[in-house]
Amino acid sequence: MRNKIKNMSDTSLLLSITIVVFFLMYIGAMVFQGKGFLKPQTFFNILNANAALILMSCGLTIVMIIGSIDISVGGVAALVSMCCAVYLDYKGGNVFVSMLIALAIGVAYGVIQGYLIAYLDIQPFIVSLAGMFFARGMTTIVHTNPFNVENQSFVALKETRIIVPGMGSVNKLGKYVNAYVEIGVIVALLAVLVLFFVLRYTKFGRALYAVGGNKTSALMLGINVKKTKFMAHLLCGILAGIGGYVYFLHVGSGAASHASGAEMNAIASSIIGGTMLTGGVGNIIGTLFGVLSLATIQSIVSSAGMDQAWWTGITIAAMLCLFLVIQSVVIARKTKSLKKQ
Amino acid sequence: MMMDRPSVKIIYIMIIASLCCLMAACGGKDAGAVSDIKEKGGKERIVVGFSQLGAESDWRSANTESMKSVFSKENGYELIFDDAQQKQTNQITAIRSFIQQDVDYIVLAPVTETGWDTVLSEAKEAGIPVIIVDRQVDVSDESLFTCWVGSDFELEARKVCMWMSYFFNKKGIKSEDVHIVDIQGTIGSTAQIGRTKGFDDMANLYGWDVVAHEPGDFTKSKAKEAMFAILRNYDNVNVVFCENDNEALGVIEVLEASGKKCGSDITNGEIMVVSFDGVNKAAVSSLVAGKISCIGECNPLHGPRVESIIRKLARGQEPYKYQYVNEKIFAGTSAVPSIMLGGKEYKVTVFNEETLYEWPY
Repeated sequence: MRNKIKNMSDTSLLLSITIVVFFLMYIGAMVFQGKGFLKPQTFFNILNANAALILMSCGLTIVMIIGSIDISVGGVAALVSMCCAVYLDYKGGNVFVSMLIALAIGVAYGVIQGYLIAYLDIQPFIVSLAGMFFARGMTTIVHTNPFNVENQSFVALKETRIIVPGMGSVNKLGKYVNAYVEIGVIVALLAVLVLFFVLRYTKFGRALYAVGGNKTSALMLGINVKKTKFMAHLLCGILAGIGGYVYFLHVGSGAASHASGAEMNAIASSIIGGTMLTGGVGNIIGTLFGVLSLATIQSIVSSAGMDQAWWTGITIAAMLCLFLVIQSVVIARKTKSLKKQ
Repeated sequence: MMMDRPSVKIIYIMIIASLCCLMAACGGKDAGAVSDIKEKGGKERIVVGFSQLGAESDWRSANTESMKSVFSKENGYELIFDDAQQKQTNQITAIRSFIQQDVDYIVLAPVTETGWDTVLSEAKEAGIPVIIVDRQVDVSDESLFTCWVGSDFELEARKVCMWMSYFFNKKGIKSEDVHIVDIQGTIGSTAQIGRTKGFDDMANLYGWDVVAHEPGDFTKSKAKEAMFAILRNYDNVNVVFCENDNEALGVIEVLEASGKKCGSDITNGEIMVVSFDGVNKAAVSSLVAGKISCIGECNPLHGPRVESIIRKLARGQEPYKYQYVNEKIFAGTSAVPSIMLGGKEYKVTVFNEETLYEWPY
């Protein structure tokens, strides 16, 4: 076992820590809090509420692997939901076209930010900060007041529930209710799966890790660093667009305050998932578990009926610290023992 | 930095092992959970899930506190409180979590009026009654919630205007000598719409000279700006109708800074300030000091009313769909002991240093 841990790469070591901590936390919640946590639907509700965050976090993981950052994703999600809401309700639009609008906004963001960051070499933080302000501002220009979408085909899509076979629970009335997930969850999990394979088995995926690990050596290896960076940001933009639409599908309304702080939650999830801000280390599966951990904390705090909402924030802060410390300790010990050898 | 083969195996084993644990925990514990609450108290506690929209004002905090004190363990309740920090998504998540926890009743103070159909029908399917407090919900099917408890903002405004009219009558002030401005709340909010309507109707009825309507956003700073603008443009204003206490405090600061005196003696150049809420300590002190003449209470203590509804429901009775909480009129002078409005008598609660202990907040 010892040897095996030593042989693990940083990425997979951090990933396993995340997964173990998540399950410990969830099982802890089941044992100590019982109640809702024993029902499978609680877990699926966590997925339902956080499908959009999973998508956005995947995007952030990718840009963080190349050592970059993007804090505009929450703003993009708000812009997407407002544009789609206005299009569907005021213009009587088509659901498929609204999906294309979401994708277009995502692509536009990815292309512009990616170009500025990769080819003009501007600090990604500043670029995406501007992007965030622009998106939030645009959202209020498109429409100021929050409103609900009543477009029938959209509502039908929003209400679609995919039954999870074999899972369910008996409710208060003694009726057996099947556990379900929303469409967004399927989209998010598919994206996780696809990205996992892209990062692991494709040339592009390996190039991302190489660029994030060491730019100069990546260049020497013949990797087009600029193009890789650009593509990473483009992918992040697209994921933010899709994430925005999934968010929109979950809430069914447009509002300027939608997804506020989502970018920070996405960064936190990626870090909890074992992605390092310094680049070169990260894993999509870890990010998935990062989101789940974050959401589980929120769920525990809210179902424990803790008095104040800031308990969520404080617990997440503590978790982040814990993860960062574990990460650095584990990696430090590993490097030490490797040196001894 | 790719993963190497043996480590991948470890991860898979970990995932599978953890999943097994999860399943085992899922299956084994299901039956035990429901009886959990029973065992603790000996007698079964009523579990109430309360989704509060946030903690943005004194009023809101008093509202939360009222719920917490009523639904205490001593009273036989188990309250699961969730602060949504002004986000509807958080409230939807909280309600879903309440449903999964099989709470007996859900109390919802909604942040917006729309977008509740889906989650409320989920609660209805699960057989959990939902009581809406404060703001209303706009749903296609009214049976999705059991009832609503809140304030009648228009009545609040009518009561304050009625108090003024009684007061002016008593002091022999003619209605054409009343030059009044309305510092409005956040435009479009339920409270602003109700209070402005009540004010406009009564001002029309008594023939007061309404000098201006100026939005003050329910905040001190915005009300100060509004009052500065009013003083620049009009010099005959002698009554300021503020739509909440924070605005009134701002207005008083501006008036005093520009050398005017706040008080009810408007024939001798004082400027009368009236306002709403009565939850803010500074505002009630101003009332005692005579700077605010009258406050229409906006009662945040919804807890007792909600509890009586829950007791009614527990007995199998049907409560009224829309219920207004009782609200008083606070005044600093005893010039008007009570007012008549719509065939009903409302007593005026007079606060001075001695009677301040009666202030409920």
